[in-house]
Amino acid sequence: MIVFSENVDTFSFDRCIANVAAVIKDLKYAESHEWVKVDGNSATVGITDHAQDHLGDVVYVELPELGTEVTQGNSFGAVESVKATSDINSPVSGKVVEVNEELNGSPALVVNTSPYEEGWIIKVELKDAGELNNLKDADAYSKFCDEEDAKH
Amino acid sequence: MGLLRQSEKLGLPLMNLVRFKGMPILDQLNLEEKLLRTTSDNWCIVNDGANAPTVVMGVSGKPAELLELESVIGDNVPVIKRFTGGGTVIVDEGTIFVTLICNKDAVPKVQPYPRSIMSWSGKLYDEVFQGIGDFQLRENGKQKLSIRNCFETLPSPPHYLFASAMQPIFQCSKSWCFVLLPDYVFGNRKFGGNAQSITKDRWIHHTSFLWDYEDRNMTYLKLPSRAPEYRSARDHTEFVCRMREYLQRSAFIDKTIKALDNYFMVQPATPADVNSCQVAKFAHSTRLLSKQELEDACSSTKPGTIAQSASI
Repeated sequence: MIVFSENVDTFSFDRCIANVAAVIKDLKYAESHEWVKVDGNSATVGITDHAQDHLGDVVYVELPELGTEVTQGNSFGAVESVKATSDINSPVSGKVVEVNEELNGSPALVVNTSPYEEGWIIKVELKDAGELNNLKDADAYSKFCDEEDAKH
Repeated sequence: MGLLRQSEKLGLPLMNLVRFKGMPILDQLNLEEKLLRTTSDNWCIVNDGANAPTVVMGVSGKPAELLELESVIGDNVPVIKRFTGGGTVIVDEGTIFVTLICNKDAVPKVQPYPRSIMSWSGKLYDEVFQGIGDFQLRENGKQKLSIRNCFETLPSPPHYLFASAMQPIFQCSKSWCFVLLPDYVFGNRKFGGNAQSITKDRWIHHTSFLWDYEDRNMTYLKLPSRAPEYRSARDHTEFVCRMREYLQRSAFIDKTIKALDNYFMVQPATPADVNSCQVAKFAHSTRLLSKQELEDACSSTKPGTIAQSASI
């Protein structure tokens, strides 16, 4: 049986209103909650603020080897948080040309606190820029997250 | 949830129940990973005892930090690194394993994220152990939620959400909400540990239950650096307990299957059924660590090792 109970603590409603998962305007997003930033033929990939918020503190990141071929929608690595490994899926196809070595130390310091900047995970030499059309822009992704959370 | 009428159960997703006895833990883990990644069915795997004492670490486990390596190597204890997260256990014929492999939409309101899955599994096993001994869900850790997630998750802003015996699952304070990640305990002694792996569309949640164990085997494990507060720095023999002191082996397995009946249409499957739906080639990520790896890890903990390595 589950019981709800009131208590003496009060909520900070101001904090509640301000606390919304961040999206960045110029990025593209996958429904599996990864982002990609494209600069010419180079793509930087990471997990979104929504993902890191739901996953919890990241304690380990399994990174691919340099030169690994990644395919849009398929797993290339994993994060560990809260006794769970969670796949990281590539939003683009191509070849891994760089991995974020900072993640080998204390990944939570970057992935959870700066998922779109210092918390980037891999850089990919793009195979097909046309695949970006399969991804969502910031507004569409934000709406997708709201709908997904509302379902549960 | 109480018993459902047959007609209500017709709307529930199917779950294939396959039972083993004495399956080696490496084989079990390989099977689990294969079923997770290459099938689209829901599975419950019950392995009533592994075949031999084996250390099983999570994906990021470091042998030098977690194991008494000299004894592990000296006694030829196998060490496995599994594909799921979480901590280190030592398993043997006294360990009962229950594994759930589900599609992400299989259980209503459960999102494919760790705390959502563990919140549900905590409720499932609460149904299994209710009324047995002084069973409790104890806090293994707190996972901070943003207030936004708190409001999304909870129907209204209660401050505490309880499972049975008034054990809180959610706590809310002025600034943060926390979900409490449960250990399964009798009194303050743990008898089950769990871990998970989550893919794009599926997840696995597996639990090892200490039906019985050899005290001696616990001495292969070091005290972990990350431990729940209620552990109070107790060593393994003071921290864990045996389920056999509380209920019969068969009763536990039967009650677990009965609890699953409230969420799934559980149907028995044979090992042949399992084999028929597996793909021929699959690259497992669970692996047995080599003796060389363990010896290298052991050497790394000894003083003067770095200087010796540098001179080679």
